[in-house]
Amino acid sequence: MLELIVISTLNGVLFGMLLFLMASGLTVIFSMLGVLNFAHASFYMLGAFFGFQVSRWFGFWPALLIAPLLAGALGAGVERFGLRRVHRNGHVAELLFTFGLAFVIEELVQIIWGKSPVDFRIPALLDFPAFTIFSTNYPAYKMFMLLVSIAIFVGLLLVLKKTRIGLIVQAALTHPHMVGHLGHNVGRIFMLVFGVGTALAAVAGVIAGPALVTQSNMAGLLGPILFVVVVVGGLGSLPGAFVASLLIGLVQTFAVSMNGSLSGAFGPLSPAYASSWLADIWGVTIAQVAPIVPYVLLVLILIFRPMGLLGTRDT
Amino acid sequence: MSELTASAAPPLPATAEKLKFYGLWVIAGLVLLLLPKIFSSGGSLTTFSLIGISIIFSLSYNILLGQTGMLSFGHAVYYGLGGFLVIHAINIIGANKLAIPLPIVPLIGGLAGLFFAVLLGWVSTQRSGTAFAMISLGVAELIASSALILRTFFGGEAGVSANRTKLLKLFGWNFGPQIQIYYLVAAWTLIAVIAMYALTRTPLGRMCNAVRDNPERVQFVGYNPHVVRYLAFCFSGFFAGVAGGLAAINFEIANSAYLGAEQSGTVLFATYIGGVGFFIGPIVGAIFVTLLSLGLSDLTQVWQLYFGLIFIAVVLFAPGGITGLLMMHRPLLRAGALARVLPSYLIALLPTLAMIAGLVLSIETTVHYTVNPGDDSHIKAFGVNFDAASPYIWAMAAILLIGGFLLARKTWGWVALAWDSASSAAREKGVAP
Repeated sequence: MLELIVISTLNGVLFGMLLFLMASGLTVIFSMLGVLNFAHASFYMLGAFFGFQVSRWFGFWPALLIAPLLAGALGAGVERFGLRRVHRNGHVAELLFTFGLAFVIEELVQIIWGKSPVDFRIPALLDFPAFTIFSTNYPAYKMFMLLVSIAIFVGLLLVLKKTRIGLIVQAALTHPHMVGHLGHNVGRIFMLVFGVGTALAAVAGVIAGPALVTQSNMAGLLGPILFVVVVVGGLGSLPGAFVASLLIGLVQTFAVSMNGSLSGAFGPLSPAYASSWLADIWGVTIAQVAPIVPYVLLVLILIFRPMGLLGTRDT
Repeated sequence: MSELTASAAPPLPATAEKLKFYGLWVIAGLVLLLLPKIFSSGGSLTTFSLIGISIIFSLSYNILLGQTGMLSFGHAVYYGLGGFLVIHAINIIGANKLAIPLPIVPLIGGLAGLFFAVLLGWVSTQRSGTAFAMISLGVAELIASSALILRTFFGGEAGVSANRTKLLKLFGWNFGPQIQIYYLVAAWTLIAVIAMYALTRTPLGRMCNAVRDNPERVQFVGYNPHVVRYLAFCFSGFFAGVAGGLAAINFEIANSAYLGAEQSGTVLFATYIGGVGFFIGPIVGAIFVTLLSLGLSDLTQVWQLYFGLIFIAVVLFAPGGITGLLMMHRPLLRAGALARVLPSYLIALLPTLAMIAGLVLSIETTVHYTVNPGDDSHIKAFGVNFDAASPYIWAMAAILLIGGFLLARKTWGWVALAWDSASSAAREKGVAP
């Protein structure tokens, strides 16, 4: 039991930190531009595929640097030539633009890399067990993922709290118009923030690619969970996104590793109901329910705290 | 002030206008009646049935997006649940020999859609805008994932099937042949379209527009925007359920794809490409997108990519959709100034088409190298044969794409100039705002 708790906590924190790598960019973009980037998870996927391609040519370590830069440049281009154009048509058009973009990126990835998973391997340097707890080997690569995401988190925190550009971004989180009035080149800041945000998502993609499956549906699988994170945390709240990322990471990881079901707790259902729909609910294990747990959490949050956990403003 | 009241409560229409209005519906009914006489092949009847279902679904979606300003990413939930309930209803009715004929079974789908909209809508519509969009996505994922867990009801991956011919016969129709299904879908389409049009004319429909345009002011007037959104959501769920029920009857199967994100995306594409600003927009969009998805898939392997690109192009360049583009020209037509812009259109069309041709050529060439690298390089796309390995084709694609882009940018500038002069002419005549 203790083993399960320790391993699941580690995995949960890891998944949560990965989620936060993406959710942070998404939140800052949303706060500043007012648009929820539907294609954010697509940049995560692009990061993974760019990482795969570059690591085949030059190895994993250059890929860790080049792939996010590529994806970030692409993101900045999307903001400059796409979103800025759509902006005058309102927020719905912006959201739809990113929705269409997510669709097109998925199709393009399928065309270029195919529908089946690509062989994105853990670099040999990190392919060993880091430590052994209770007879379970914990892979070093996962520790590396955790360290990278924590390092980026700390770096982001320092940039936001200690630098001038961080100050502007922070100001824009709460008073986007005032920042413009103060004479900052809002267009360039937007482009920069969009580029950095998508690059962060791509970093998550590169480091998650070898550990998870690098496939053309990875954006579609993760995207909705990412939106759950930002809504649960409170739209536009960075600390909220952090808390929600860890919460959902932990909840989902623990749910996957648990095997209990109603029939386990209360004994098997009487045979009279064996073929009715009740049998489905009775027999389903917590692990099987795990995919819907984040969405249940979303609905509960919306009922009891519509603003999100730490959200302050309405959209 | 007088202008405001005039637009809020128009004067009672003259008899000629009334005739025109009702005549339009009669003509629509006649067209639906006579369509299978002109195109009688099985394939076209299936296509018409799909279009009819898509029209109801898109119009129900537009109650949310166009009328109330709510962007939903999970509308297929109500469509799919309607479909599943109808399939189960057909099975139950067939097994128990209940005296319920097939034509009223889609109503069960509608009621199912309504029930779930009532259930899920209150939470979903608490907030509008981006938050609503995300919530609809979350709820859709919740239902779609649950569908795979509740296997007895949703039938798992395979879905649930039924036999529609086992129901009570009405006038000797057993609804086996596609032509009878066509008439069933056509009748329901006409009823649903009229009902949804009528809905836009009710005070509720007007309040929906008000909530879309200025929810704060609606609150000041004394309405609760949340309740208005909720009511619109329920109506929308009802008609989506009808569409889902008809789809289930048409295919005689309901599976988890009915509820999925792809279905929600398709209806969003259809509605937006058609145009959300006008009642007829989603109808145009449903026809266009259904024909496009059926037609493109024969012409090219990667039709979904083109589909996405068309959608992005509409969002970028024509936010009013197809009908929005056409309706823009109405004041010009009235002022007789349309002739001023048409030549510039023709000039701009040429490089634009060249650019599109270049884009298609480069996409198809890329597809040849990435998707089927081992195949013969003489490929066929959009009915045109060409050699994807030939450098001439590559050069042509590059020239068409880049040259077309540069020229198109210039010519569209001329279109803008011509447009300005034409619309100012129309304004002088007092027909344009």
